[in-house]
Amino acid sequence: MAETTFKSLENVKNIVMVLSGKGGVGKSSVSVQVALTLVQKGFKVGLLDIDLCGPSIPRMLGIQDKQIHQSSNGWVPVYVGNEKNFAVMSVGFLLENQDDAVVWRGPKKSAMIKQFLEDVCWGELDYLVIDTPPGTSDEHISIVEYLSSFKPMAVLVTTPQNVAISDVKKELNFCRKVGVSISGIIENMSGYICPHCSDCTPIFSSGGGEKLAKEYNVKFLGKVPIDPKFIESMEKTDTFVETYKDLALASTFSQIVDSVLES
Amino acid sequence: MAQSSPCANCPSRGTCGMVQDSCANCPNRSSCAMSQANAGCPGLNSENRGRASACEGCPNRAFCMSNKIVVDPDLEVIKKKMENIKHKVLILSGKGGVGKSTLSSQLAYTISKNEDIQIGLCDIDITGPSQPIIMGAENEPVHQSNTGITPVYVQDNLAVMSIGFLLENQDDSVIWRGPKKNGLIKHFLKDVEWGDLDLLLFDTPPGTSDEHLSIVQYLKGCNIDGAILISTPQEISIQDVRKEINFCKKVNMPILGIVENMSGFVCPSCKGESIIFPATNGGVKALCEEINVPFLGAIPLDPRIVNSCDAGEPFVDSYPDSPASDRYTEISNKIVEMLELEDN
Repeated sequence: MAETTFKSLENVKNIVMVLSGKGGVGKSSVSVQVALTLVQKGFKVGLLDIDLCGPSIPRMLGIQDKQIHQSSNGWVPVYVGNEKNFAVMSVGFLLENQDDAVVWRGPKKSAMIKQFLEDVCWGELDYLVIDTPPGTSDEHISIVEYLSSFKPMAVLVTTPQNVAISDVKKELNFCRKVGVSISGIIENMSGYICPHCSDCTPIFSSGGGEKLAKEYNVKFLGKVPIDPKFIESMEKTDTFVETYKDLALASTFSQIVDSVLES
Repeated sequence: MAQSSPCANCPSRGTCGMVQDSCANCPNRSSCAMSQANAGCPGLNSENRGRASACEGCPNRAFCMSNKIVVDPDLEVIKKKMENIKHKVLILSGKGGVGKSTLSSQLAYTISKNEDIQIGLCDIDITGPSQPIIMGAENEPVHQSNTGITPVYVQDNLAVMSIGFLLENQDDSVIWRGPKKNGLIKHFLKDVEWGDLDLLLFDTPPGTSDEHLSIVQYLKGCNIDGAILISTPQEISIQDVRKEINFCKKVNMPILGIVENMSGFVCPSCKGESIIFPATNGGVKALCEEINVPFLGAIPLDPRIVNSCDAGEPFVDSYPDSPASDRYTEISNKIVEMLELEDN
């Protein structure tokens, strides 16, 4: 197969894909936090949401009402903040109504993803973070195929329980099969600290991500607890980006991102 | 290669968006993939094909209006098979990880306590099947014979089918695009020997894509009772469920009700209650009132649910004292009542 090159990605230095076999483990919130942390570390960052049936990124960042503009060079992504150092693209921006269902079969989803890669003028980026839907199907096969010449790296997200780990193992095997290098595994929702007694309860069990990383000999990037303050501030969309750096999770992610950058 | 009709040999004639290997040389390939048709396409098996408003301007219209169309013979086989299954219910959610599989399994366990009710649970999450672990049947082989596949019986009156049973190695990834996933779903519908069932539950993957369109398409004419939707309370999840509701409207599937999961948390140390996923806009209950569908109940987060699922034990039996067990039982009773399962 001829290697695909995309002109719009010419000035993108690194591509990080956030993957997980399981849904609802926090791919989108991890993507958002990795992107925000990279921005805070002074990089120019793009965030591409290829979850076409359930795009969460626009709402998480409080930019769900923004629109994509068409320029002579293609689609102009939505910028978060005024510094033009954090660009976002999602199918959410293209829907007339936020509640519209995107009822598409695989080929159409693949075509949309290709268009995201071809037609978005990302400009110069240090990192392009790609948020993915759960599974190992059309979106995943397509993005890996399209990006094969860019050598993207993958960050895997899991929650600690067996049911999730078993799906993430499938994703690991997928990465190995298609030759995507894995920079590490994040264990999300690892314990919840009771606001009344400060006791930590492992709601979704614990330690599964670390064990998985050992078993497959990949780097363990860290545990991220459930932080109701994070969820709360994310639900209050309009102030989320400004308040994020004061949250406890921001320092957790700072370490995780450092660990990703090393690899 | 000139073709008399663009899609004469196309396996997805007119249903669009389903570009397959045989389309490789078709001049319409890209327009098919990008066409908006499947938003309003009535589908080839509809009497309305070629005549719906969405058909105006569709490149396949002439073909759909012609009488060259052969109705998929498999659909007749599926219809015949489904005649022995009284009720079919889909468990849906736009969002992943909100508890579709847990709800499906606990409903199946709870309803099957009535030994007169025969239940089947079909897991159509092809790339991330959870039912083998949750139902405690992880390494069970399925038997294939010339009459079909025998599902795994976890109880005398509870049969389960999942792609997990067909994998040689549980960790193998299933790297399949849509058409292959659809093929397997059809295989499950056509060839699994469910026998006579009172209720068949379908556990689905998140989203509104191939699996969802196919199951609805294949079960057309088989009287699906409807869908049970599930969501967690926070807006980011409700937002995806709204999409699923619109999907149900588009394909004319009734919504039997919506369940709110992970709603509140009781600390096992101090028994203090706290909210992990806040219902910013009133949660599922407000959504149900807004769209006028039954609110089936709110299930609290109990860490023991995860342990039971990982161990493959019925949570409702292992921890009958948990408030979550009460909710599962209440929801099951509502479903039993709604479908009149006990009067059969």
